[in-house]
Amino acid sequence: MSCIEQMKYTILLERISFKEAREYIEKNSDEVYYVSPGYKIFKDYYIIGIPPVAVGSKGNALVFTYTKPCHGSFVLSIENEDSIKEINRLRESEKEKGTDSVKKAKTPESSRASTASYQDLWKD
Amino acid sequence: MTDEKVLLMMGCPEVPIQTSIALYLSHKLTNLGFDVTVAGTTAASKLLKVSDSDGYYAKKLVDLDKTMEDIIEKRTDFDKCFAFMHNDAGMTYAATMSSISKAKIYSIVFGRHAEELAQTIEFDCEKIVTPDVHNPVRLKNRLDKVMEEIAK
Repeated sequence: MSCIEQMKYTILLERISFKEAREYIEKNSDEVYYVSPGYKIFKDYYIIGIPPVAVGSKGNALVFTYTKPCHGSFVLSIENEDSIKEINRLRESEKEKGTDSVKKAKTPESSRASTASYQDLWKD
Repeated sequence: MTDEKVLLMMGCPEVPIQTSIALYLSHKLTNLGFDVTVAGTTAASKLLKVSDSDGYYAKKLVDLDKTMEDIIEKRTDFDKCFAFMHNDAGMTYAATMSSISKAKIYSIVFGRHAEELAQTIEFDCEKIVTPDVHNPVRLKNRLDKVMEEIAK
């Protein structure tokens, strides 16, 4: 059992495919970051996923995928002191890479354009 | 004999043929000289453990998520991985394995939606696809051919 199951979380979507979970995060987060499968968040949760794995922020909440072998993928949201730290860690990591969050504005135009550009970044 | 490490990665045990094929593969690969580890969810592992209570066919049985963690943290790795999948989550675990491990991946895709599921696989792997649920013989025969190739 990972630490996630012992934390206070909100289920935003449940029992969906991983692709659907990724698309939800891309469309419904203030900021979207892409990490490798196995990226560790909180104390001991390693994200299971098909690259590119999207992790979002919405306010101070971290929005991420959670996959269970028998139940499919979920989109969870956790908002606490640790989620703020995780969001800051993602921002710092992107700065070090010289890139930025996919989405910082919430207009549909900007999210579409930036998502496509970040997909290209992933391929590189 | 070989000292290659093989991981059998079991997913949700809802489709019956997974347990029998996992035991069969484990035993056959062990006899071929491979160092075989079987990883599963809690339920999948319990099904295997009850079926093989003395650990005759599956000598090393480990927790799936703990094994993924150990690979990510570079505490272990494998040369080959047979990933069982009959749903999107199983495929997602295999995709993760493909990304974190150096192992050659064999995707064992089974169940009623096997063909559709196999088409969603984007990572590099050898696919063994049969739409079987209860009768493991066709999948066993396909895997026999794969093992013949591996043993060469």
